[in-house]
Amino acid sequence: MENLNVYAPRLIPKEEAFAPGHRACIGCGEVLAVRLATKAMGKNVVVVNATGCMEIIASQIPNTSWNVPWIHTLFENTAAVASGVESGLKAMMRKGRIPQEEINVAAIAGDGATLDIGLQALSGAMERGHKFLYICFDNEAYMNTGVQRSSSTPFGATTTTSPSGKQSQGQFSWKKDMPAIAVAHNIPYVATACPSYPFDMMDKVKKAMNVQGPSYIQIFSVCPTGWRCAGDLTVRLGRLAVETGVFPLYEVENGKYKMSMDVPKLKPLTDYTKLQGRFRHLTPETLSQIEAKVVEKYNEIKAKANGEVCA
Amino acid sequence: MTKRVGMEVSIAVAEMVKMADVDVVAVYPITPQTHIVEHLAELVADGELDAEYIPVESEHSAMSACLGSSAAGARTFTATASQGLELMHEVLYVASGMRLPIVMTVANRALSAPLSIWGDHSDVMAVRDTGWIQIFNENGQDVIDNTICAFRIAEHRDVLLPVMVHMDGFHLSHVIEPMFFPEEAQVKAFIPPNNYPLPLHPSKPVAMGDFAPPFIYTEARWAQEENLRKSKETILAVWDAFAKEFGRQYKPVESYRTEGAKTLLFTMGSFSETAMTAIDKLRDEGLNVGLVRLRLWRPFPFEELREAVKGAETLIVLDRALSTGGPGGPVCSEIRSALYNENPRPKIVSFVGGLGGRDITIAGFEEIVKRGMALAVKGSGKEFEIFGVRE
Ligand SMILES: Cc1ncc(C[n+]2csc(CCOP(=O)(O)OP(=O)(O)O)c2C)c(N)n1
Ligand code: SF4
Ligand SMILES: [Mg+2]
Repeated sequence: MENLNVYAPRLIPKEEAFAPGHRACIGCGEVLAVRLATKAMGKNVVVVNATGCMEIIASQIPNTSWNVPWIHTLFENTAAVASGVESGLKAMMRKGRIPQEEINVAAIAGDGATLDIGLQALSGAMERGHKFLYICFDNEAYMNTGVQRSSSTPFGATTTTSPSGKQSQGQFSWKKDMPAIAVAHNIPYVATACPSYPFDMMDKVKKAMNVQGPSYIQIFSVCPTGWRCAGDLTVRLGRLAVETGVFPLYEVENGKYKMSMDVPKLKPLTDYTKLQGRFRHLTPETLSQIEAKVVEKYNEIKAKANGEVCA
Repeated sequence: MTKRVGMEVSIAVAEMVKMADVDVVAVYPITPQTHIVEHLAELVADGELDAEYIPVESEHSAMSACLGSSAAGARTFTATASQGLELMHEVLYVASGMRLPIVMTVANRALSAPLSIWGDHSDVMAVRDTGWIQIFNENGQDVIDNTICAFRIAEHRDVLLPVMVHMDGFHLSHVIEPMFFPEEAQVKAFIPPNNYPLPLHPSKPVAMGDFAPPFIYTEARWAQEENLRKSKETILAVWDAFAKEFGRQYKPVESYRTEGAKTLLFTMGSFSETAMTAIDKLRDEGLNVGLVRLRLWRPFPFEELREAVKGAETLIVLDRALSTGGPGGPVCSEIRSALYNENPRPKIVSFVGGLGGRDITIAGFEEIVKRGMALAVKGSGKEFEIFGVRE
């Protein structure tokens, strides 16, 4: 504890780019991630925010939590808006209309805004090679509109549009592998992160800001409201997602995979699922089917990393 | 000094955008807008225009990228038509609601289905209420002049609104016309540097696009409405300044041979030139007719319209779009409502024609006027007449 008091302030800047007083639910993992990620971004940044929980909870006229320049326009166009901001600043600096300096552009969006409705705009912006960081806050559903499924919702989870019932086990499809889609765009930096591992997450944000070109980070963001779990489990559930292999932490630098931490022996999936109402209806058979898939996916990524793990 | 050049109008538009020294061009190709964006790409590739050219993957992203660059304070241009304009639809409202001075050329084209690449005003009418300033043009000269004016209007401190410069697809976009070209220095002097008041920049953080609960939404919309209406003052001032500098005067409503006319024909866009010839012929026949062209579509020029139709007994309005299942011609229904409380009130006859690139000849306009005059007397019992349709 003494050590933490000494080191923590050095590791995490005190200044808040994202101020308290917003309307997020108690225990919101997404807002925790936003707060820490913006600390890692520093002051020389313009944030472009998609419609979704993070926009709605923090920007009700006449208030805002944002202490850095921030723009929200629509749900599905965040990457395109970010590419406009980046290009505008670049052109004006080149033409001497504003001082030459390093200004980063960070687009932030939910999983729905990223994997579903905004995928085309994101693909375009990544392909064109704009220098910007895109963060997807992945809480595995459309939370802002009342917990509807997205293509990031895990198999078997109940949402309001993938309810379990006599003819349904909940979400019918497997989670879309968005980081792989980002990697397929040959961008210099892709990573997964989780605020339960704050230093890892912030390091990745800093790293992403410094690459020349697009970078993509998918941040696992526990949503107690949508997942029907206790608000004080947020950090623990994030850890369990990593420890069970549900959400592996890794980086892909210039196409090269690297595990961010080693999980020598994955914990049983049920350690993770049993704490959440969204999985409560699942039978042991379905759970083991899901677990098999989780392990398979985990090993796939580990194989890509070739056993390489960060120090 | 200005010089006279013969050039395709689309190429000329791109040349004006270059003279306006835009910072960002974000575009997606669609017929009949393509020549504008291709030529801009060339100008950037050849180093003649120092701008970021963003070849986006859709029109939705084109307008979205424009939001970003304009909010950062960059002078921003795009162009589109038809399906592209419709794909932009929701983004257009954001551009005006957030007071972003984007300039866009629209090469007006019909909408699918059935697919038609040819000109009419269906695309415009669908974006009528998006809060943009909208200017119509009759010929290449009008288009390039108003492209220049559009930047000065949009970026003016009292306006800060996006502007659409309309030109009819093919009828204007693809014709080679003689035009007076300004000097680049003249254009640069005419359009002061963009000085967006609160751009996105870390030196002074602003929050743009916050959400509005019911206690403030009405006020926000009302402020936007007042601002758009008031922009007419600046539009008029810019047109006057343009006339002083370049010698050509534009007005919200323009009249042709309307002195003493009892019957007025209304048009918008490139058809106006053909209509003028028809009016000349009808005048020669001794008919007491004139032509009124609507140049400023938004903000709608109510006062100028009422002034322009004073003394007329019959108005015949030709629309190049169809408000399906509704009043027929959208322009006509606006004119009707603008004049409903006037006393005396002219009889108004609505024609819809020229859809999907269908030409209306001089003889066609003569027929429209004559039929319109007859219908005004005996009444048709219909909301509108469709011109030239094979039943
Ligand atoms: C074009 C459009 N379609 C639908 C919506 C409604 N909508 C707003 S936010 C949202 C879901 C957001 O989900 P996600 O991106 O995952 O963010 P979260 O709220 O979960 O953080 C939806 C469906 C919208 N604003 N715009
Ligand atoms: S619904 Fe979920 S993501 Fe949205 S604010 Fe609440 S906890 Fe956070
Ligand atoms: Mg979500």
